[in-house]
Amino acid sequence: MNYKMVAYLLGRILLIMAVLMCLPFLIASFMQEETWLGFLIAIVAQLALGLACSARKPKNTDFYAKEGFVIVALVWVLTSLFGALPFYLSGEIPSYIDAFFETVSGFTTTGASILNDIESLSYSTLFWRSFTHWIGGMGVLVFVLAVLPKSHASQSIHLMRAEVPGPQVGKLVSRMRGTARILYGIYIMMTLLEVVCLKAAGLPWFDSILNAFSTAGTGGFSIKNASIAAYNSAAVDYIITIFMLLFGINFTLFYLILTGHALQAIKSEELRWYGCIVGGATLIITLNIMPQYNGFWDAFRYAFFQVGSIITTTGFITADFAKWPDLSQTVLMLLLFMGACAGSTGGGFKISRVIILIKSSFRELRQQIRPRAVTTLTLEGRAIEDKTVYGVLSYLSIYIVVFVVSHLLVSLDQVTYLTGFSAVATCLNNVGPGLDAVGPVENFSHFSNFSKIILSVDMLAGRLELLPILTLLSPMTWRRR
Amino acid sequence: MKIIIVGDGKVGLTLTEFLSQEGHDIMVIDRDPKVIENVVNNFDIMGINGNGANYDVLVEAGAEKADILVAATSSDELNILSCLMAKKIGTKHTIARVRNPEYAQQLHFIREELGLSMVVNPEFEAARDISRVLRFPSAIALECFSKGRVELAEIKLPENGYLAGHRLSELYKICKEKVLVCAVQRGEEVFIPDGNFVLRAGDKIHVTGSHSALAAFFKSIGMFKEKSKNVLVVGGGKIAYYLAQHLAESHVDVKIIEQDEERCLHLSEMLPRATVILGDGTDPATLQEEGLADCDACIALTGIDEENIIVSLFAQSLGVEKIVAKIDRLSLVDMVEGLGLDSLFSPKLITANRIVRYVRAMQDSGDSDMKTLYKLVNSQVEAVEFGVRVDSFYTNVPFKDLQTKPGMLFAAIIRHGRVIIPGGNDHLEVGDSVIVVTNSSGYIKNLEDVFE
Repeated sequence: MNYKMVAYLLGRILLIMAVLMCLPFLIASFMQEETWLGFLIAIVAQLALGLACSARKPKNTDFYAKEGFVIVALVWVLTSLFGALPFYLSGEIPSYIDAFFETVSGFTTTGASILNDIESLSYSTLFWRSFTHWIGGMGVLVFVLAVLPKSHASQSIHLMRAEVPGPQVGKLVSRMRGTARILYGIYIMMTLLEVVCLKAAGLPWFDSILNAFSTAGTGGFSIKNASIAAYNSAAVDYIITIFMLLFGINFTLFYLILTGHALQAIKSEELRWYGCIVGGATLIITLNIMPQYNGFWDAFRYAFFQVGSIITTTGFITADFAKWPDLSQTVLMLLLFMGACAGSTGGGFKISRVIILIKSSFRELRQQIRPRAVTTLTLEGRAIEDKTVYGVLSYLSIYIVVFVVSHLLVSLDQVTYLTGFSAVATCLNNVGPGLDAVGPVENFSHFSNFSKIILSVDMLAGRLELLPILTLLSPMTWRRR
Repeated sequence: MKIIIVGDGKVGLTLTEFLSQEGHDIMVIDRDPKVIENVVNNFDIMGINGNGANYDVLVEAGAEKADILVAATSSDELNILSCLMAKKIGTKHTIARVRNPEYAQQLHFIREELGLSMVVNPEFEAARDISRVLRFPSAIALECFSKGRVELAEIKLPENGYLAGHRLSELYKICKEKVLVCAVQRGEEVFIPDGNFVLRAGDKIHVTGSHSALAAFFKSIGMFKEKSKNVLVVGGGKIAYYLAQHLAESHVDVKIIEQDEERCLHLSEMLPRATVILGDGTDPATLQEEGLADCDACIALTGIDEENIIVSLFAQSLGVEKIVAKIDRLSLVDMVEGLGLDSLFSPKLITANRIVRYVRAMQDSGDSDMKTLYKLVNSQVEAVEFGVRVDSFYTNVPFKDLQTKPGMLFAAIIRHGRVIIPGGNDHLEVGDSVIVVTNSSGYIKNLEDVFE
């Protein structure tokens, strides 16, 4: 482990986070809210630690996969620890553990909240809450790679791999900085587009911007107690649904469209599966819930929104799906595990992994029947290496282990089976709402502090695709040899 | 600039390293997915797995808008085909590595008629470098600027030699010759020295000057060695072939030891003036029998680095005056640091340097042309030759009135064929060639970069 380099990079990243936190600070000072002091203290703390760590550039600037994992994991933990300070210091979330949970939920774009009354928060706090979604969506380090001057760039692929979700991570252009800039460019443009659309649909600027932040990161923090249902507007519902689905698409495809290869983008296998799954699920739920609503289109509006919200792991709600028939709830639970496309801002298991799993299962079946048949698995028209298949399978087994252990630990809280199960599922997949006591209209405030920490770790593990957080917890990482 | 590198073998990898450090957009094409994975993990570049002469692969790599394509696979034919394809697709400049001696005669045709910008032959280049050192054996390595008008020699200061303990400003008093020490390597560190720098025994110094001045300089410090007349080459590969050709032209006796009979026959056919011996060049008895002890120089050119090192050490123990060894794995160079073997060279580094120079010269459209570029001391130091094309703020102004950036040194000026070792009162004129030595690698692209 190159500790000096890890510390140096962490310092640089803290400095950038301090700069980002100036935005809510400015809003607080401008609106003359009392929260400004909390933001200021957090900014100063990050500046101090950041400067202390990055004052001297280490001589040995090499870092490899291990350092990449550790840096990414530590960055997310540290930024959450510091990001929680303003909530806590302003007194709007009196417990630091609660504030930490809320911040982790923000950065990991989960959207699970411990707040009972969101509307009582100050503007600056609301802004910071949604802004964490926006930063966390595309990734803290991708942002850092985009703004840092070119230096120690050689091995930066390890940083990007650890942060950008999906089984195979590649660059868009040959330089890392260029790739990071393109990703953020697309991200910013789409966010702006959504702000304009929401404004046109009649929302105030503040609501448009904050809801766009939450959608872009596929987060799910709303600024109303009733989430998006509070606006009660079909136009807003459809705009947000469509943008949630767009942000759940692999950003590489947007780049292909921008560079004039739209046809190639549309042919993407993952995109087609994504479309089929969304379409199929929406249709099943629409037909299933029709008796509760006024005709097909009314049911369609709510089904489409909930499907888009759950599959992209956003977690906005316009209907209390806990009151829907069991079939619809089951379909939503399946979508919750499946998640969005690889390389998007969404969480979950990722559709490309599901495709690989399904295909390799079928291959296994075929091999049993025709033991001598030689077959290759393909995804997007390219052969998948056995290593990738193996990687997906081991990801699944690690996922199950983490899930089971967390579920056991959360069960100490004496919650119902469904509550515990769906709480862990929704946190590990970065969705937000679960079922029963953590259902769409409930929140996480009733859990004990211990469970909140377990769930926070789950959210981080889910966002970073398990391995970085597990690397951080493994003693092997910290040994010198 | 957008650069495509086809084939990431020894040369390709070195090039990837150099060019990505200089901040170019690099796309690497290789057939082996493992090679691609490795290179993508280590450098800020993009990799494509495929055949570099395949149309689809080249288009995917962006050959349409690429500035330069370097084809460095192990196959000459594939390299040429890849360059031709890329050229037609729209790449501006193409560079191919062509190493087969059978094609050596038609390089001109390949360049002119097939439209390749540059054809490099690593073995040929290496042979030329070796023959240059053999003409001036006092130096560990020797580079030339301006068609040999200025030479840059690397020497190691011996224990209790003349120079140790002296300031550089006293150099002229000692040897009465106009030469300039432009870089000093001391252990791991590299210095771009000024007049107050004190030399120590064991330092490796880089000295520039004209050929005659350097010869006089070496004589005055007691390090002069006569030109090698009698050379023993161990290993009969391509470098040996080119080297024997070079040396035969300047009437040097060459003896090549090679263990493959067919290769020996082939060599004797192609090199009528050289003596070709069939035998194991790593066998001490064979070496003794062929008179290694009486040779002026021993050149170890087998395909295995370790063998080359051992043969060289053996030659050293016999007191051979000049020993040159080929080493491809640069990590080995550090390991044999203390053993007294100095003239170690690697063909891949020579080739990579030539291509980097071409690329660097390509991107500059400023007021000066880059003519030559050498990377010295494990690429920590660069010696660059510029031609001054037009008047600028630095022309016709004495150096003492100009502010150069730290770590930059003017090593020599060539004006109307005469070599000037510059002092504070000298200045630059349009038409001059000037050699700049710097320790900030990959930074200077034209003369303006030298000044504050």
